[in-house]
Amino acid sequence: MSIKTVNLIFKYSEGTQFETRALDDINIEIKKGDFVGIIGHTGSGKSTLIQHFNGLMKPDKGDIIIEGKSLKAKSTKLKLIRQIVGLVFQYPEYQLFEETVYKDVAYGPINLGLKDNEVEERVKYAIELVGFDYKEVKDKSPFDLSGGQKRRIAIAGVLAMKPQYLILDEPTAGLDPAGRNEILSQVEKLHRKSGITVILVSHSMEDIARLVKHIFVLNKGKLYMEGTPKEIYSQSEELKKIGLGVPQVVEIMKELKKKGFNINTDIFNIQDARDEIIRVLGSNLNV
Amino acid sequence: MVTMNNNINSKEENIIEINNVSFKYSEDEKLALKNIDLNVRKGEFVSILGHNGSGKSTLAKLINSILLPTEGDIFVKKMNTKEEDKLWKIRSTAGMVFQNPDNQLVGTVVEEDVAFGPENQGIESGLIRKIVDESLKTVDMFEFRKRPPHLLSGGQKQRIAIAGVLALNSECIILDEPTAMLDPSGREEVMDTIKKLNQEQNKTILLITHFMNEAVEADRVIVMDEGEIKLQGTPKEVFSKVDIIKEFGLDVPQVTELAQELKKSGFNISEDIIYTEELVNELCQ
Repeated sequence: MSIKTVNLIFKYSEGTQFETRALDDINIEIKKGDFVGIIGHTGSGKSTLIQHFNGLMKPDKGDIIIEGKSLKAKSTKLKLIRQIVGLVFQYPEYQLFEETVYKDVAYGPINLGLKDNEVEERVKYAIELVGFDYKEVKDKSPFDLSGGQKRRIAIAGVLAMKPQYLILDEPTAGLDPAGRNEILSQVEKLHRKSGITVILVSHSMEDIARLVKHIFVLNKGKLYMEGTPKEIYSQSEELKKIGLGVPQVVEIMKELKKKGFNINTDIFNIQDARDEIIRVLGSNLNV
Repeated sequence: MVTMNNNINSKEENIIEINNVSFKYSEDEKLALKNIDLNVRKGEFVSILGHNGSGKSTLAKLINSILLPTEGDIFVKKMNTKEEDKLWKIRSTAGMVFQNPDNQLVGTVVEEDVAFGPENQGIESGLIRKIVDESLKTVDMFEFRKRPPHLLSGGQKQRIAIAGVLALNSECIILDEPTAMLDPSGREEVMDTIKKLNQEQNKTILLITHFMNEAVEADRVIVMDEGEIKLQGTPKEVFSKVDIIKEFGLDVPQVTELAQELKKSGFNISEDIIYTEELVNELCQ
């Protein structure tokens, strides 16, 4: 099972001089249980694409198949699709509105028409999933929490719908380093524990490199490349051309390689970089 | 407090002087800022780091006279921010750029937006034309002057916001996380503009940021925590304190962390490396 796009085309301002193909013939597949990343500079079509994944936007041409169901087919119920695919927008904490954390997270399940005890079970499940102590936080006002905490509650609101796919659009934008780590480590844990499929849209190459198994790179509405982090970040020149970068450690390893060292460049974190440098340059150690 | 760069009271003119300032938002709340002493020289590029709630933005708002100190005084070009009749002079001397590009542009066309400030100062229209054109050229947005702002990218919008501050002829520009909502190329555009204004026009820059690779570009880095200045110095002095920085919930550039890891493993390299080339060169020796 998967989310799959078939020759997906979406146009903005059709019929005017501003007409642009925001998505231009996109064919991708995100398999259930995966952790994938979508990168691309602003205006590359990332947000437009993910809004197609739960039927918020409709393609001008082509189709999206979610768990075998075509979004085009009349028999496909959008309400059901949105329970399967949960979408967390940018700055989701702006959408918090209830007086308590409990009520805010319960909003979705209540609208599903669930019984009170089922709602409570779901709220508890979701709040714990994003790393809070349920009893401690449930009666607090969401507006008394820190930025990172508010955002986790907003994510819990989506998780309470028990989606099989979780899409996060720039979940760390505007947070400080501690807040960024807080969100990402919870998402990673969530994926590991519940097996939920995660689709992460991010500008941080470091985060993408560290977390995801497969990357889709968008540029000007087209799929520019896709592959494992290793495959994608080995193309640093290509990425720079479209306004993206590579993690700083990758740059360091590449510079060392240029200097003539026989060093492995597909390394994304500091510990691996240290070990690799020790392996190659270790004989120069002044211990 | 760990202070490493104490020569801040040099002969050069201080454009901002903060004397023993404390601030609380309301009577029954705790202090958001505690006994802040800070001088910023004219033409200096200072970046301020600290996790959310550490007091960075409060400090910026105090300098801009949006908030007034509960205790102590702040002087912008010798004007006390408490003097109400100096308010507009203070705000045009120290102009501010905020995080969200969509919340600070008011015009329907780029050049109108940039003209908003000088128009309100009652400058005659011929001169406004000249000021607006020059400001837009400085941020490399002149060719976009007839465009509606909402069709621009985030980086372009932020440069328009900076042009708006330039049009007020601000000597000091305070930027509160100006790149937080931008993609990597937008961030680079804004950082290039900031560096250019500092180097070519001697504008004083106060940059509040969560991105360590932006902070390394400054002359001085200030680290705030719990409403206090906990650490300050050159980027090299500050970032070499990896453990302390992490205690404050911040990061150091990946290259600095890697350099220190290598040093621990026995490599003979400096511990204050902040640029990729530095590390590569030292490893190649």
